[in-house]
Amino acid sequence: MSIATVFEIALAAVVLGLAIWTIAVPDTYSATVGFIAYGLLVALIWVRLDAVDVALTEAAIGGGLGGVVLLGAAARLRDTEAMTTEAPSLIVRLSAAILSASIAAALAVAILLLPDPAPTLAPEVVSNSGATGMANPVTNVLMAFRGMDTMLEKVVLLLAIVGVWSLASDQAWGGRPGLRHQADPNGVLAFLARLLPPAGIVVGIYILWTGADHPGGAFQGGAVLASMWLLVIMAGLADTPPVRSRWLRLILVSGPGLFLVVGLGGLCFGPAFLAYPVAFAKPLILGIEVAMLLTIATTLGLLLAGAPERSAE
Amino acid sequence: MTEFLTAAVGLILTMLALGLVSILRGPTDADRMMATQLIGTAGIAVLLLLGTVTGVPAAVDVALILALLATFASIAFVKKGLSRLATDGAGPGEDR
Amino acid sequence: MSVVRDIITVAGVSAGVFFFFAGTVGLLRFPDTLTRLHALSKADNLGLGFVVLGLLPQTGGLRDGLKLISIWMFVLLAGASVSQLIARTARQSGSGK
Repeated sequence: MSIATVFEIALAAVVLGLAIWTIAVPDTYSATVGFIAYGLLVALIWVRLDAVDVALTEAAIGGGLGGVVLLGAAARLRDTEAMTTEAPSLIVRLSAAILSASIAAALAVAILLLPDPAPTLAPEVVSNSGATGMANPVTNVLMAFRGMDTMLEKVVLLLAIVGVWSLASDQAWGGRPGLRHQADPNGVLAFLARLLPPAGIVVGIYILWTGADHPGGAFQGGAVLASMWLLVIMAGLADTPPVRSRWLRLILVSGPGLFLVVGLGGLCFGPAFLAYPVAFAKPLILGIEVAMLLTIATTLGLLLAGAPERSAE
Repeated sequence: MTEFLTAAVGLILTMLALGLVSILRGPTDADRMMATQLIGTAGIAVLLLLGTVTGVPAAVDVALILALLATFASIAFVKKGLSRLATDGAGPGEDR
Repeated sequence: MSVVRDIITVAGVSAGVFFFFAGTVGLLRFPDTLTRLHALSKADNLGLGFVVLGLLPQTGGLRDGLKLISIWMFVLLAGASVSQLIARTARQSGSGK
């Protein structure tokens, strides 16, 4: 029992306890706060497991955008919860508990029954990392070895935006998402929204740039940039853009679009779809990642802003 | 040195767990938000120490993102949701 | 030279842990929201500040050191803003009395 083992056991116990409390607490708002703290502790566990890329994503999403979405939803639910008196019946709650517990048990069994050593492609990934000129194996998998999945993932983000926009009423179609935020222009929030974004933009770009050789990448960087944009909107310093804007739509499709163009280039001039020419692999991948950074930041920001509610005058 | 830093991580983690107890007790939402803030800062400290102990330099980047976004949960708490305006007008000195 | 560095680290991190301890005790024991907020900002600013100060001698180079310092700066900014916002909310809802 080394000190490190004690630390790991303690961390796991704290996380499990918090998870159980988050499920058990009756008040939605408390459960949300518990869940945000839970996400932070999970980021610590990912670092301990040496999965820093995942920890970065957890920190960028759970610390920024996720917390805003969940707390906003909890605040809205609280207004409706006060009016409703009916709770779900015991049978419904028991079935939900049994269903969730059996899924958790099935996952645990699957993990515990893995052969030792577990089947993995990690050695192949590491041995081929020289092919792209980038040292971060996660970036290699996402952008080169399984580039198709990443491209389709960005298309899914676009579909999500279309889904959110389609909730708009007919009069608001093409207008600005959400309501205009009001804040004191000389207040704390406005001060923060003027001071933090410049530093945040630098951090976002740094996370993208370092992702070639160290943990990081376009998604984490994009989430940071989206959070900064959201802060400026929440402080009332800027308004959400009208969704009919041509520039906005160009930025939204730039990431997957460039990915598709490079992929088709590989089909026309090379052996296969998304086959990068060896000499240009790294610049091409970084170019796609820059476009994806803009796309991801804009998409995440707009997903949080919600459906258009005001006609754009 | 490593033993000392690991012990420090353990102690800060204990504080973090006690901060969780404070979340559980409440009594108001403001207290819960404060506990979240404390857990965020303690988590950043744990990450910095862990990065030094285990030799994972990228842990500092995780801490950097957490520090940058440390205000977001509290801002969302004060704004009471993204698309809800304050019913009373936002006068000077009122961040809503 | 490394002995001096280690002494700075031990002193800094110990002071940081102490302030985290003080902040947590304050958060658990103080009677009302505003005094608890005061305890919390001690942990935020001084606790993390001393940890960063203690870890500075252990960093590899200038970039890592700057990263550590900017983390502390971000947390200082966050702590100051969040304290303001929470205190105002507490006062408006009348729990700050």
